[in-house]
Amino acid sequence: MNPNLLQPPAAGSRLLMSGNEAVARAVWDAGTRVAAAYPGTPATEILEYLSLYPDLYAEWSVNEKVSLEVAIGASLAGARGFCAMKHVGLNVAADALMTQTLAGVVGGLVIAVADDVGFSSSQNEQDSRYWGRFAHLPVLEPADSQEAYEMTRAAFALSEQYNTPVLLRLTTRVCHVKCLVSVGERQVVRAADQFTKDPGRWVMVPANAKRHVPEMLARDKALAAAVETSPLNRLEAGSNPRLGFVTSGPAYMHVREAFPDAPVLKLGFSHPVPLGLVRQLADQVEALVVVEETEPLMETEIKAAGIAAHGKDILPAAGELPPHILRRGLAALLGQQPVAADVGQRPALEVFPRPPTMCVACPHLGVYYTLSQLRNVNISGDIGCYTLGAGHPWNALDTCISMGASMGIALGLDKGRGPGDENKKVVAVIGDSTFLHMGMQGLLDIAYNRGNVTVLLLDNRAVGMTGGQENPGSGRDIYGQPAPRVDFAKLVEALGIDKERIHMVDPYQLPVLFKTLREETKRPGPSVIITDRPCVLIDHYQKQQPYEVDEAACTGCGNCVEVGCPAIHVTRRDKAIKPSGKEVELAFVKIETAACTGCDLCVQTCAPKAIRHAVPTFPVSIN
Amino acid sequence: MTASNKVVNILVVGIGGQGVMTASEILSEAAISQGYDVKKTEVAGMSQRGGVVSSHVRFGPRVLSPEIAPGEADILVGFEAAEAMRWCHYLRPEGVAMVNRLNLEPPVVSLGLYPYPADPVGEIRKQGVRLHDFDAGAIARELGDLRLVNTIMMGAIADALPFPAETLKERIVERFRARKPALAETNARAFDLGRAAAH
Ligand SMILES: Cc1ncc(C[n+]2csc(CCOP(=O)(O)OP(=O)(O)O)c2C)c(N)n1
Ligand code: SF4
Ligand code: SF4
Repeated sequence: MNPNLLQPPAAGSRLLMSGNEAVARAVWDAGTRVAAAYPGTPATEILEYLSLYPDLYAEWSVNEKVSLEVAIGASLAGARGFCAMKHVGLNVAADALMTQTLAGVVGGLVIAVADDVGFSSSQNEQDSRYWGRFAHLPVLEPADSQEAYEMTRAAFALSEQYNTPVLLRLTTRVCHVKCLVSVGERQVVRAADQFTKDPGRWVMVPANAKRHVPEMLARDKALAAAVETSPLNRLEAGSNPRLGFVTSGPAYMHVREAFPDAPVLKLGFSHPVPLGLVRQLADQVEALVVVEETEPLMETEIKAAGIAAHGKDILPAAGELPPHILRRGLAALLGQQPVAADVGQRPALEVFPRPPTMCVACPHLGVYYTLSQLRNVNISGDIGCYTLGAGHPWNALDTCISMGASMGIALGLDKGRGPGDENKKVVAVIGDSTFLHMGMQGLLDIAYNRGNVTVLLLDNRAVGMTGGQENPGSGRDIYGQPAPRVDFAKLVEALGIDKERIHMVDPYQLPVLFKTLREETKRPGPSVIITDRPCVLIDHYQKQQPYEVDEAACTGCGNCVEVGCPAIHVTRRDKAIKPSGKEVELAFVKIETAACTGCDLCVQTCAPKAIRHAVPTFPVSIN
Repeated sequence: MTASNKVVNILVVGIGGQGVMTASEILSEAAISQGYDVKKTEVAGMSQRGGVVSSHVRFGPRVLSPEIAPGEADILVGFEAAEAMRWCHYLRPEGVAMVNRLNLEPPVVSLGLYPYPADPVGEIRKQGVRLHDFDAGAIARELGDLRLVNTIMMGAIADALPFPAETLKERIVERFRARKPALAETNARAFDLGRAAAH
């Protein structure tokens, strides 16, 4: 039993909620039995919140495909099932999705997919509404938290009514915006009391699957009729018929704000597009403008139906469409000059960038310090906090594309090497959660095909990047309860890596890490080095006595700066001439003792022993 | 002026870990207690790891878009001087900035890749921004806890809000009473000192 369970606020309460909180509450209020997810910004908090609700099973799944499959299984069992993921997660889950759409559902099946419009923390900005088209699914697009609540509930009902999975398409500006939400009454809904064996429906061999295609196409027709009268879609009258807008998702709020007098077709149930309603609007206005984030999907379909419309010809086809961007785009169409408020009153001032850094004392620092000391390596990287190793001061990660890709790419770099890379070693770097998500298969491929790759598996017992969630490597489940912990060394051995080529290394022991890495990269065939110290943000981490710099002893060599710990600051730069006549740059440093957690990494890089333990003088906190 | 005329726009900016999001959450709660509609949104990509955090709070009779456009903020609350500079073009011509004088150098500055502006507050003033700057960290240090900076900053803007400063103070104190009662009193003092520092 989870000790942290919430006492959910009563029905009728008005609460300040983010879109993610509102979706979670609605999933619970819809009587959902099973909810699963793999973390991913901006959707992560949905499952975190759901794990606080009673009478519902929540889990962190190892990847998005598994989370969808768990939700499908729950639906087949007759319960309502839910899964949540970030946009790229649906690429991973797509294989299951594309066939489940033929089979349909028993209990309502809702897939929340959160697009990172604006690239706040993702590798691409793909528009997940495409999946609705590709998989013949209804797509709901809430504009704010209140709608996220209502549409999540509506999604379950639609799913059962039309025998279809439903996509709930969120964006960062829904997930992470807080506003007031009125929550309703919980209703426990169960479509069936048991799983009904029905191979014709659940065993998707070609003969069976084929028979479901006409059903799916009939469902398309039924949905196309439903969107015309759905309460989630509405035609709002306006006093100025110059422009009429068709819009969905949070773009609706921006349109209403920028053009308060315009007639607007507000689509919450946005796929299939209600072409009848669009025609009605088109008949009332001089020009129709489609405002959607990010791709011109509705626009293309509206134009294909023979309705003239503007869209991406005057608006950006990437990023968010806030009011000032809309006004700027529409000013051109109306032949007006943009007003001052839309181009900003004052110029933006030039300020240094502030990219995210690794945490003070992060165990990855030791790994990247070591990698940055190695010559002649190509380093295939992956997604997680350790992707930051591509930046300063390490510059020790050469590729990053998608979860788990470090493995296959390393193998391809090895097998495809040309004469210029003959003496280069191939190293792959992958985090524990990423490895379990999609990296295991790649390592199996390396082992099976005998690649010359040294894999660094960074086991920090957490999904660090998304806030330190539990995973099968952490030994705890989503409720914080003990769970079987994967033994990475055994797992890697089982995948075919020679036992003698598997090393457990403490990433804070720089000489050991360096020696192991150098020796392993010299040998042919695959090897795996597992680092085993926890992320500093989780409770396994233990702080040590902090350090300070003895200014009199610091020679300005700057070695400790190469560790990249944010607690080390350069106080002064200088130049000196070596006895050899060579000019060297000096960097004198101080350690922010209040932030230092005494990991000892920088100490090992300091030849003159200028870094020593500090006696804390002032009660400060590290946030 | 736009239709958002009656909506109050507050932009709170700083660095991950400084309490920017908590501050804007409290502001939102205070506005709700006054019967306003509220929207609050953040761009905090990887704030946990020392990145830029900007939080938009909008309140009024009805709030539509959650985003404050450049040139539309009524109040800019800067938890760090260079961050205030980065965002000051978001202010309306007649908007006001409340800035903590703190300078936090990111590693890219430490490493010598970029300079830290010599006088960020001066640069903001040069833009004709109405600005008040003070050292919130010094007050926090005097009270013995650096985490008080965000309560001090809330105190500092309290008299620029369209509702009584006491409302905001009550929200802060209540919040601490519910979560960390031992800190309620100190936060009340921090709020008052921040308020005094703004005059
Ligand atoms: C398909 C997909 N799902 C989720 C994410 C979000 N995400 C990015 S990295 C990451 C996991 C990082 O954890 P780990 O590999 O353990 O490395 P750490 O951050 O702890 O160093 C997640 C969940 C993503 N980018 N792509
Ligand atoms: S969150 Fe954890 S893994 Fe990520 S940088 Fe910080 S310490 Fe490292
Ligand atoms: S010992 Fe050095 S590297 Fe480790 S936390 Fe302290 S300053 Fe950072």
